[in-house]
Order: sequence, then structure tokens, then C-alpha cells
Amino acid sequence: MTNVSSVADPSAGPVSTGPAVRVGGNPFRFISRLRLGDIIAIAPFIIFALLFLLIPTLGLVVGAFQDGSGNFTLQNIIDLGTPQILASFWISIRVSAASAILGAGIGLVIALAIIRGRLPQAIRSTVMTFSGVASNFAGIPLAFAFLATLGRLGLVTVLLKFVGFDLYKSGFNLLSFWGLTITYLYFQIPLMILIIAPAIDGLKKEWGEAAATLGATNGQFWRYIGLPVLWPNLLGTLSLLFANAFGAIATAYALTGSSLNIVPILLYAQIRGDVLHNPGLGAALALGMIVITAFANIIYLVIRTRAERWLK
Amino acid sequence: MKSGRLWSWIIFGLGAGYFLLPLLATFEFSLRIRREGYTFDAYTSVFSDGRFQASFSYSLIIGICAIIVGLLIVVPAAYYVRLRAPHLRPIIEFITLLPLIIPAIILVFGYIRMYNTSSPLPLLGTNVGTDILLTLAYVALALPYMYRAVDTGLRTIDVQTLTEAANILGANQATIIVQVIFPNIIVAVLSGAFLTLAIVIGEFTIASLLNRQVFGVYMQNVGANRAFEPAALAVISFVITWGAMGMIQLLARFAPKTARRD
Repeated sequence: MTNVSSVADPSAGPVSTGPAVRVGGNPFRFISRLRLGDIIAIAPFIIFALLFLLIPTLGLVVGAFQDGSGNFTLQNIIDLGTPQILASFWISIRVSAASAILGAGIGLVIALAIIRGRLPQAIRSTVMTFSGVASNFAGIPLAFAFLATLGRLGLVTVLLKFVGFDLYKSGFNLLSFWGLTITYLYFQIPLMILIIAPAIDGLKKEWGEAAATLGATNGQFWRYIGLPVLWPNLLGTLSLLFANAFGAIATAYALTGSSLNIVPILLYAQIRGDVLHNPGLGAALALGMIVITAFANIIYLVIRTRAERWLK
Repeated sequence: MKSGRLWSWIIFGLGAGYFLLPLLATFEFSLRIRREGYTFDAYTSVFSDGRFQASFSYSLIIGICAIIVGLLIVVPAAYYVRLRAPHLRPIIEFITLLPLIIPAIILVFGYIRMYNTSSPLPLLGTNVGTDILLTLAYVALALPYMYRAVDTGLRTIDVQTLTEAANILGANQATIIVQVIFPNIIVAVLSGAFLTLAIVIGEFTIASLLNRQVFGVYMQNVGANRAFEPAALAVISFVITWGAMGMIQLLARFAPKTARRD
């Protein structure tokens, strides 16, 4: 998943509006210069994006504001306020936030250790390759792996019991908030390492030397130079990790069945069998998810635009 | 500064522990199926299961179809944007990022409402239609990675000069894309393809809600009904993911050869 790094690359994102300025006043002037070949080249992409990304999503947004016979209503949105749905949003937000914050923090520390900690080069490339694999090792098999590790018969549980510590009697349960968070970290930490590594590479060696020459301690370097430079990337990646965890369902579903009622699992059950007994409420639930993930991504975009403005 | 290095090793060691322990534990668990000792019987049981073979080959076929369709959509668009419409780039890139913003479950929910049997385009009414919808859903999932891979490939070659040279020699636009551009970015395209395969092969949410028996859905079924086979399946999936990523790393070594410009 090395390509994800380009998500954090300021030159690749949707906010780099540089080229558009060159066109001048009318951004649609290119239409008059279109040739048949150009249309054939771009048409499949546009049609695909409309039919399989934009319209289905917009359909859900519209559906959230419609009652059974298609009239406008706010009732579905109001109905989101039931204790069951609010609880599922709350646990989803908590799991996503915890796994994003821990994933970003731990990922940052590991990335700093392998890039700036004077470890052998071979370790760095091994960690980067492994991160590519682990960030893609999500879904059903990840749940199986953690059941085999921290489940009631898992290796770690058995070994701990062998040395006299009963993990499950101490209150731990894999099928819980912390169990799910620890499992999510398995793809969150590597994703963080992949995205933040190029930014850490961007911290020039000269800056550290200059700071040291001026008498700065290592701590002061990070407090006044390192972290402020990395800050936009950190916050951006944090919201990306949040969205990543918020939309994930397969791992949680295979791990907990429906015992942990996170929003995607509730929505899954709703699509399957209308457990909320109101089709419009399903669309409202989907709208809630879209709003939260879109919000996380907008934070990311806004932070990055501001960071770029400062860099100029 | 000596202590800094020690800390690096400690952090690396703790990280390695967290990431390797589940792999070790899963492997160990998968060998525990017989009381008398470690055996590979869980793997034998998985591989000889007809549903494993059926679901795995079905996932593979859908994955390959998604790669082909994805390339047909992405390569001409990325080429066109790079060569003739750089001002469209922010819009196109934003669209390719949408699948990262919209969770898969939202996407499939949208499809189910839009392509049901009473809609103008009732793809879900037939088996073939549902297969097509699943393929296109996977194209959407892979779009961010596929577009980026192709675009990175295009960045390393001189699209403008190659196109002009081919034009002078009398090639039309389709010929240019198929015979000039595509061979030059084949390494980038292949890494996009392997990434797509790694994502698609274990996918659960979309296929499950479209009622398709893919590998991910099979794994979920086994997980709900068996004890040791799921661990074996997890090991198998990890090896597959590792294989796909390994292929990308291997391909990256060949990339500079195509990228060289004199």
C-alpha cells in the first residue's frame, strides 16, 4: 500500500489548484478544444465515477430525507436519536479515535526510531515492506489471527495462564472496545509508518545541525522544529486513520459477530434484514457515516492547505 | 547519544513483538487441530474443501476482471489528463480519492438501492448482472491505488515527446495508448494490479451484501463454524498478501529501466 503515501503528498492532492490557474478566467474553455479522441479517453472514467461512485452515494443522501412514499421528511434524521443508534455511533467514534490516536503515536515513534535512530538500513527497508503487507492484512483473516493470539484459547492467553496470569479473569476480553482497538492497530500503525516516513525524510539533517550549533537540546529540536514541521502531516494522517477505522467492518464482524454494535455492523444488519424496521433510517445511518468520514477528510484537507500556505 | 540508539532498538523490538506475535500464534494455532500433536491437517482440510476451491477461484476471476476493467478506465483518463488537460487534474484526483472517503458498506448500500430489480438498470436481477456489479464495485475500491500507480508510471516517462513522435509516424490515439504508452508503464500497471488483487481477494463487505460466494465470505463462514481452520486460512491469506506485496517490491526494481531517459 505504498501508494497511500501519495495521499499525504502535498503535490498529489485535490487541493493543489496550481495548474487550474493557468487556464485563465474560464475553466470550461477546454470544452471548445475537445477532440473526439479526448472524449473517448475520458468518457469511461467520468461515466464510471457517476454511476458507481457519485450517484449511488448521492442517492443515499437523498434517501435519508425521504419517507416511504418519497416525500421530504426530517423524521429519519430525528430517528437517529434512539439510544441504540447513538450508542453505536459513540462506540464507533471511540474505537476509531483510540485506534487512530494510538496508531498515529506508535507509528510515529517506530518511524522515527527506524529512520532517525541510526538503526541499520536493512531494518528500515524490512519495516517498510512489512508495513505494506500489514496495512493490507485487514478484514476477516486479521480477526482470525487475533482470536488465535488473544482469544480464550489463543497462544498469548495460554502462555500467560501458564505463568499464572489469567488474562480473561483480569477483565480483558478480545470482543470488547479494547480488544477491537488492539486488533485495529495491526493495520493502523503500519499505515501511519507508510504515510509519515516521507515526511520524516523531509526533515533535513542541516536543521538538526543548525539547532545543535545554536545550543538546542534534542528535546528543544523536536519541540520547536521537528514536531511543528511534522504537525500538519500528523493531524492529517490522524483524520485519515480515523476514517479508515470508522468505515471498517469485516474485522469487527468476524471478531465479535454482532456483540459489539459499531455503526458499520448496525448498517450491515439493517441492509441485510431491516433490523431497524424503517428503510429510510438505514439511509439516514449511512448519511451519518458519510458525514463523519467526510468531516475527518475535510479536516485533513483544510489542515494541509493551511500548511502549504505557510510553506510558501 | 548512545542511549538514543538503544531506545531505537527497544522500540523496534517492541514493535516487532506486537507484529510478529499474532503471526506466530496463528501459525501455532493452525497446527493444533489434533490432540496428539502438531499436524498440518487443518491445511489439508481447507485445501480439500470444494467451497474453498470454488470461492477462491471465483474471487480470483472477479479480481482479474476488475483489474482489466480498471485499466481500461484509468489508463486513457490518466493519459489524457497528463497530456492535454492538466487543469482537470484536481477534479480527477479528487474523484479517485472518493473510495477512500466513502466506506465500502456505503457504496454497496448505494448500489443495492440503485440497481435493484425495480430500477431502470436492474443489475441485481440476474446472476451475471450481480457479477458485473461486484466487478465494478472492486474497480471502485481499487481506483485510488490503480490511478496512482498508473499516474506514477506516466510521470516517469516523457508522455509529450512519445505522443508527438508517434503522431509524426502516423499513429492514432488508440494506437499511441496501446502500443506506446502502455508498454512503457507496464511495471507501474502491474504493481497497481497486484495491489488490486491483494485488496480484492479477501474482500468481505460488498460481496457478502451482494450475496456472492467469494473467498472472504467463505472465510467468514468457516470462522463461524470451525475452530482451527480459520487460523490456517489466516496464514494462507497472509502468504497471499505477502506474495502480492513481494511482487510489487520485485517490480519496483525493474521500474528504473523503463523510466530512464537520456
